[in-house]
Formats: sequence, C-alpha cells, structure tokens
Amino acid sequence: MTEHTAITPEIVKEHGLSPDEYELIKTRMGREPNLLELGIFSVMWSEHCSYKSSRRHLSKLPTKADWVICGPGENAGVIDAGDEHAIIFKMESHNHPSFIEPYQGAATGVGGIMRDVFTMGARPIANMNALRFGAADHAKTRHLVSGVVAGIGGYGNCMGVPTIGGETNFDPGYNGNILVNAMCVGLAEKDKIFYSAARGAGNPVVYVGSKTGRDGIHGATMASAEFDDASEEKRPTVQVGDPFTEKLLLEACLELMAEDAIIAIQDMGAAGLTSSSVEMAAKGGGGFDMDLDKVPQREEGMSAYEMMLSESQERMLMVLKPEAEDKARKIFEKWGLDFAVIGVTTDSGHLRISHKGEVQADIPVPPLADDAPNYDRPHQAGPKAEPLADPQVTIREALVTLTAKKPVDEMAAIADALVDDKISAMSGVEAAGWTVIDNTAMLYVRLKPDASAEEVSELKTAAANLAETGMVDSAETDVSENKVSLANQPGGDSMLTALASMMAGPDLCSRRWIWTQYDHTVMGDTVIAPGGDAGVVRVHGTNKAIAITTDVTPRYCKADPFEGGKQAVAETYRNLSAVGAEPKAITNCLNFGNPEKPEIMAQFVGCIEGMAEACEALSYPVISGNVSLYNETNGIAIPPTPAIGGVGIIDHVQHTARMDTALAGNALIALGVTRGWLGQSLYMRDLFGSSEGAPPPVDLKAERMAGEFVRKIIRETPVTAVHDVADGGILVAAAEMALGAGEGLALTTPVKDRKAAYWFGEDQGRYLVSIAPEEADNLVLKASMAGIQATRLGIFGGEDIILDGEDTLSLIDLADLHENTLPELMAAPHTEENTMPMAADDITKLIKEALPDADVEIEDLAGDGDHYKARIASSAFEGKSRVAQHQLVYKALKGKMGGELHALALETVAK
Amino acid sequence: MKTAVIVFPASNCDRDAATALEQATGTAPHMVWHGEAEVPDVDFIVLPGGFSYGDYLRSGAMAARSPIMADVIRKAEAGVPLLGVCNGFQVLTEAQLLPGALMRNAGLDFVCGMQTLQVVNDDTKFTGGLKGKSYVDFPVAHHDGNYEADEETLDRLEGEGRVVFRYVANPNGSARNIAGIVNDKGNVLGMMPHPERVISPVLGGTDGAAFFKGIIEALN
Repeated sequence: MTEHTAITPEIVKEHGLSPDEYELIKTRMGREPNLLELGIFSVMWSEHCSYKSSRRHLSKLPTKADWVICGPGENAGVIDAGDEHAIIFKMESHNHPSFIEPYQGAATGVGGIMRDVFTMGARPIANMNALRFGAADHAKTRHLVSGVVAGIGGYGNCMGVPTIGGETNFDPGYNGNILVNAMCVGLAEKDKIFYSAARGAGNPVVYVGSKTGRDGIHGATMASAEFDDASEEKRPTVQVGDPFTEKLLLEACLELMAEDAIIAIQDMGAAGLTSSSVEMAAKGGGGFDMDLDKVPQREEGMSAYEMMLSESQERMLMVLKPEAEDKARKIFEKWGLDFAVIGVTTDSGHLRISHKGEVQADIPVPPLADDAPNYDRPHQAGPKAEPLADPQVTIREALVTLTAKKPVDEMAAIADALVDDKISAMSGVEAAGWTVIDNTAMLYVRLKPDASAEEVSELKTAAANLAETGMVDSAETDVSENKVSLANQPGGDSMLTALASMMAGPDLCSRRWIWTQYDHTVMGDTVIAPGGDAGVVRVHGTNKAIAITTDVTPRYCKADPFEGGKQAVAETYRNLSAVGAEPKAITNCLNFGNPEKPEIMAQFVGCIEGMAEACEALSYPVISGNVSLYNETNGIAIPPTPAIGGVGIIDHVQHTARMDTALAGNALIALGVTRGWLGQSLYMRDLFGSSEGAPPPVDLKAERMAGEFVRKIIRETPVTAVHDVADGGILVAAAEMALGAGEGLALTTPVKDRKAAYWFGEDQGRYLVSIAPEEADNLVLKASMAGIQATRLGIFGGEDIILDGEDTLSLIDLADLHENTLPELMAAPHTEENTMPMAADDITKLIKEALPDADVEIEDLAGDGDHYKARIASSAFEGKSRVAQHQLVYKALKGKMGGELHALALETVAK
Repeated sequence: MKTAVIVFPASNCDRDAATALEQATGTAPHMVWHGEAEVPDVDFIVLPGGFSYGDYLRSGAMAARSPIMADVIRKAEAGVPLLGVCNGFQVLTEAQLLPGALMRNAGLDFVCGMQTLQVVNDDTKFTGGLKGKSYVDFPVAHHDGNYEADEETLDRLEGEGRVVFRYVANPNGSARNIAGIVNDKGNVLGMMPHPERVISPVLGGTDGAAFFKGIIEALN
C-alpha cells in the first residue's frame, strides 16, 4: 500500500474504524482522506487515544482539590507536596504487548510511564506495578511471570529508579490476557512544571531521543482490539526498549528544563509522532508543519505512514523558544542523542506533513483531537450477588479399627502399608492417617464429600480383606457424616492449618522472588521497600516522605462492580494510612473487557461510579489515569480490574509506620469492626473453591475515621507496628506481622461463635497495631473515644503462633511455606537433589565457612547421622530476628547440603 | 578533603555516592563527566554503580575505555585511593586495575536485597571505620556480580589479605564468596555491595556511614 492507495471498506476495517466513523472523517475533512490521513485518524480515534467508550463516564470522577496542581488530561497528574515540591504521577497499562512478548512488553511499559512523568519536569523517584497473571499452574504462567518481572527490572534497574512495591495476583480469568500496569512517581519543583500546549506560531518543533524505526506500528490500534489465538503473530507490533537511551534522555531533558527554553513538551508514547504532534497542536490552539525527511530514521525507505504511526521508544517532541535552539542542541549532543528540528508551529490549525518534498497529509487538528466519537454504549448490569449465608460442608470420615495380638511395631507396619499402598490411592479418599494403641490400629480416613457408595465400599473391602487373610483378627469400618459450618471452623482442619495452607497458596505467598529482581534501594532514599503496606521513599535532602501503593480486588469488582470500585479506592487509602501517610490523590488503570458488550460496559460504569463515591468521601481525587478495554481472548473477558495507584505524604519520615517491627511482649490490637464477612473471601475461595456472595461493603465514613485515627496514633503514640487488614482477614494480617517481626504470637479468639469468620472474614476498614503492653489500655481508650472498636487479640513473642492455647504453628515452618511457593513455581524443572547423609563435622565446617566467628555445637538428634540440631552463636546475628537468623544460615548452606537441609534444626544466638 | 565521583552515561548511583561523600566530608564531591580528560586534584575517587553505556558489551567494558579513565588509572597508579562500587567494580576489572571478572549471576536473575558480609580484612585504607565489626549489612543490586578468577589468583588474593568482604549467604555464585577485593598496593577497592545506600537509620542501616567515615578519617 502507498499513500495513494484508494480507501476501500476493507482498509477502513483494518484500521479498526467503523463505517460510521469513516463517514464522520470524510465530513470533517470535507473530502476522502488518503491512506496516511486515514492512519492518523485511526490512531487518534482508537479507544486507547480517544477514550471514546469511556469519556462520558470518566467525567464522573472527582478530579479537584486544593492540593491538585494538574488533573487528568496531561502526560501525568500533579499534586502539591508542600514547600517547593510537586509530586507527578500516573499509571498506565501495557497488557497486550506483555502477553505477546513479556520482556519487551513490560520493559517498554515501564519506559513509557517514566517518560510521561519526566516529560512534565519531574525526576522519577519510585516505580510501582500491578500485575495479573493466569492461574499459577497454567502452562504459560511461568514464562509470562519470568519475562514480565525481568522486563520491569531490566528497564527500571537500568534507569536507576527504585521499584518499591506493587501487587501480583494469579487468577484463571487472566489466562489469555495478562495485565501489566506500571506506575511512576516523580518529584518536581512546583514552579517548574512542563505542559504540552504548543502555544504560538513560528517556533521550532524539535525531535529528540532515539531514531524512528518500523517497530510498534499501530500499537494503539492493537491495544484497542480483542485477542484471538493468532495474536502472537502481532509480535512485530511490540516495541523494543532501550533503557540506556531513556536514561540519557531523562538526564538531557532535566538539564534542558533547568534552562528557560521549552514552550511545550510531550512524550511520543502510543501512536508516536501522530499523537504527540496532534495533542500539542490541539492544546496550543494552533497547527504544526512537519517535514518527515528531517526525522532521524533507523531504517531506510520508511514511508510517511510508517513514520507517523511508529511507536519506537525513547523519543520526545518539544516546541522550543527559537532563541534557545542552539543551547538545547548542545545539551542533547553532550548526551549523545539525536536532536532534529522537524517542523514549525503555525496558526493554520492544521497538521501538515510533508515527505520527499510533497505535502502528504493536511488535516484540521480539532477534529482529530477533540471530535473523536463519544459513545454512550449500552450497559446492562447482571443481578447483584446477595450476601453469603454461612456455608456448611459435610465432613465424611471413616474410622477403620484393626485388632490383632501383635506387637505395636507389627501393627504399625500393617496400618502403614494399608494407608500407603491402598487407601491413599483410592479416588474417594482425601487424606488418611493412623495411630496404634496396644493391639489396636486406628485409621482415620477423610472421605471426599462426593465419594460414591462404591468408593466407600472399596475402603471397607480393603480393611475386611486383612481380616479374611488372617493378617489381623478383626477389621471394622465406621463411616460418619457431620455438617460443619465454615463460619465456625475451616472444615475438618484447625484454624492454623487453614492459615498455613492459605499463606502458602499463590494468592498470599511471599512475593520476594519477584521484588528481589527489582532494584528497590537505588537513589538511597527507600524507607519502606516492597513487602510493606505501601512503599515509602524520602524526598531527597528533606525530612518528608512519599508513600505509594497499588491495589484492587477484582473478585469483589466482578461480584459487585460498584462496591468493588469503592473498595479498590478505600484499600489504597488504608494502605497509605497504615504507613502513616496522608492519602492525597490517585491514578488508575481501568482494565476491562470489550465495552461493546452491555455486561462489560456495566462493569466499567459500576466500578467508576463506586470509585467516584469513594474518592469524594475520602477527599482523594483522581489526577491521572488510563483505560484499557478489549482485554479479551476468544471472547472471554478478564475480571473487571480497576487498578488504583494511591499516593500519600508523610510530613516527618520518623512518623513512618511499618508492619514488620512488632517486638516481643507487644500487645496485638485490632481496630475496626469485624462482622465476619465471608462472601468473596480468600478463605472461601482458596480452601473451599467458592466464589459466591456479595463482597464486603465499605462504609466510607468508617473508613475515613479509621484512617484518620491510625495516622494520628502513628504520630502521637508509641505503636511499634501497623498493618492493614485485607485479603485473608485478621489471622493472615496477624501472621504477616509475626513473620515480618520474626516473633511468635499467642492469640485468643475474642468471639464465641463464628470463629473462622472472625479470623478469615474480609470486613473492610480494619487495621492491626502492636504496642507495648503497658500502653495498650491507653490505646484502646483512645480508640473508643474516637468511636472505633479496639479488640485485644494477643501478645507477640516465642517461636510459634498459638491460637487459644491449643492450636500451634511454628513460625519457622510458616516462613518456609510462605517463602518457598513462588521460587518453586518459577524454578525450572529440576533433577532430584543429593540426599546423602552428612557427618556432623562436615556441617560444622560448612557453617564456619559462612560464619567464621561462629561457635557451633551439633547434636545428632536421632543418633542416625541424619537428623541434626545445630546451636550457632555468631555476631552476624546481631540485630536480626530469629527467623532472619535462621534464614541467613539456611541460605548460606543452600546448595551445599542438598536435601539434608530440612533435617537440620537450628538454635541461633547473637554473640 | 576533596573527593570526586566519575559520571559515565547511565551511571545511576552517582548521586547516591555524592550524598554519602558529602555526609562523610561535609563537602560536595566533584562530579566528573566521562568525556573529560582529567580528574581534578582530589584525595579520593569513586566509580559509582549503574549501567554505564547500558552495559551493552560487557558490564563496565566501555566505561573502562572512556576518556576520563586514562587519568583515573594514572592517579590510581600514583596511589590515589579509588573505590569502585557495583558497576564501578566491573569497570575496575575491565580496566585491569583489579584482577578477575564479574560474570552473570549464577541464578541468572538480577538480585537486590540486604546482604550480611563478613569483613575479612579490617586493616585496609578503606575499612578503618569497620574495625571490630566482624560483619556488616550492605545491600546488593546487580545482574553481573559473580566474581571469578583463576585458582592461582584467588589463592593469591586470599593469601595476601586482599579479600576484603565475603558474602555469608552468597547471592550470585562468586568464587569463594568474594564480595570485594583490593589491589596489591591496597589503594583500589572494588566491591559489589552498596555501602552508600545504608547511611541513615531511616534507610535501614548505618554500616555504610561508618564505612565512608572510616575512609575519610584514614585519609586525614
């Protein structure tokens, strides 16, 4: 195709435009467009650039407050951070490219969002992300996770901007369409913010950064279409990132911004040269004349169409004051970057593009930028889920009693063989165990709830056969059925067994494997690294700090878009409050399916309206954002995912609270009311496969009160640690605090009934705090004076989590379960480890190699040369929690002891 | 006390190094652009971390051949103390001011996190501030930190007390858990961990502040 190709309906369709839209283009042009002009319209009117399905609803979001300097509409939003400081931030999606080519897709997403922020005059000071992948065990997940994580790290690490947090979820709803949302926060001087309005005629239009190639042509159109199985063929439309060039571009831009040279600046992101020039001209109320022969080109023979639609990365378009051109050129030459005057601003109101001496396109600017269709797509909400009635499960157990006049060890061998060889393999059996007392072996067999009569009789027969063959004297099998309310107890498990299983699952397991691949301490101002409720960075050279978080709970949004939208905003408010930050404003990335389907559009509208209500009630406006629609593959939409990025300010960095700093002896106190809301809880989903019921409602007044109270006690009382309560409820939050602190926790259930609902329910607006015991009464009193229920839950200390004095879980075991899940999921399939037993002397030698000052005593626990206990004293343990001490030793020995490590019990002490 | 930080294209810990030096000396260091021919007359030079030249050939390889390095090498040979952190360590090996090479991490992934390091030799120009400490906690953040050298070199480094820091829990596969070494004259230290990132309790540690203070005190 050439610029002179006649426009056919097929070509219009290939450009993602409807016949009606094409007619509108003809009307606006007053003639038929040529191919280049059509291409320019197609990207400017794509969903990605024009927000044509979302605009009318986005306008419902509150965007103003006294501290908002610039709301949505620019490259990023700007808030006042006190003194001379402004904070500039935005979040953006790079979903489709990341699914096709995870490394480059994620890397260029990070690169793009950083450009949005430094275009406005800010130095990026922190990155965050919100990632959603398919089921943890889906065939593609490992490849996508490792590529996306490496891509985010590869770009952000090279830029020298710390990635201080984010969220990662796994859900089968994203199997065919992952979400990669990247957020960047930058710091600028309030009176040095740069905008994109290219006011005035006769000023040079300057292109800086990388050369233009054929990569990413029509990326914005791709981002506005659904996927199918052939989508991988779209790989050539994924851009390739070059963080080195972007780092130079950042430094060069900031150097130029210190001079009085720039009239307007805009990054070339989606739709590259087209959208940057059109938006700058439209905002300035003028026109651009551009000569594409002057555009720095990476490839030969590029057409005007290719250049205008390329999404090559690391490029910027600027309009300079004419007298500053030479100064600017010198700065970019110093940084080794292209600098080319490619045009001039005009007062024609037209975008005129010439190539090879000919005018190839001449389009009036206003229709391109402002006249894109604004659809009111039909939206039809499905029925709302009702609150979940307390669910019950039927526990079916079989007790097999074997008797014989045989010694204990023989009986044990018979029981063990029956369980191992027969019962465990039966299809109707969930779990089995045994015990032998005198001449009797008792086998406890948990049957599946739906085990058939045949499956039960198979078990009976297996036991009876032992008696028939004379192996035992008698074999009896009793089958019993009990109905258990899941609000009272987790089926047949103990509360802490359920906790361990949830914390080892993909939803709640440690994300350390991910964030150790991100440089989170570069720039030397990181106060809270990933793993906290919010990431916190200090404003360099000051005593002020910025807190950042990303959050959304898609399962809530799916069950009730309005409540889910509210909850997403409220949860970020809670995250920020939990570290002591005053929540100021949000950005968002609204990821949904195909808006042309009324049920999807209803999700979108519901979420926005919920968000709007929460933003209003919490004085927490939206200052920037991005909409990503058509997240569908083969007609299956993702769960509605309005990811929220929240930013707050901490006036004195000393008043930052952490979740991992509880001390032995501290009291644990819950703030907020717990009704035991099980609908849409992780407890019901992870343990019982139920995703029924309405999500927990958010009382925005209570949310605000609790947030204000928590921020106040962080400033004014000696609380030692604070954690917000979210996925998994109080017990998970408490366990996370215990793990972080490396201290055990003795808990008492404060209710008589619905105990499991108390511990695992996901009621909103709650926090946990730890405080010295002598201060606890005072805190409870303060809370009640503020109208907030405070409940004492327990005391930190020791090596275990203990519930009501009977249920016990070792903290070290929980740490292992919690930490190992993701590394194991992400590990390449491995061969069996060496399990040769080791001599005590060898273990001592290995420990001394890692810790030369250590005093080591080894005890052979079972006398079998296979199970040891090591007592280690070393000054390396100073200032570290017991869990951290053990992990240091295990990591030091890893790979050297092979499979033996699990059999080494540790006792560590600092010396 | 005069100090300098060399800035290569895509150095990204240059400001962090400057902050740590200013905290230790009370004076901002000279920031010296890689294209210049000479380092000003200073008492201490730092090659900072980052991704000089994008690390596109081998980490540190191009930076080691940038114009400023001729003078850096001259000054190091004349005995001016020179510290290379992370990418700076990679530059030092590429410039052959230190033996060995930093290879891709054994686990192949970038690795960032706090590391407990054994202070193997507290009797160098650089470690006076760590005297009496058997261990320090410094963060690492690198993709190519796997120190390798032939056995003879490793034996010599150990024998001559030139291994300054060792990892307790080796994060990158480095031979003999080596995290930092000095040259034979003892005036050039290369290390992968970042002391400049732990210079305040609010940043999670102060071992780095003690480290820089010790260097400056030794020079005074």
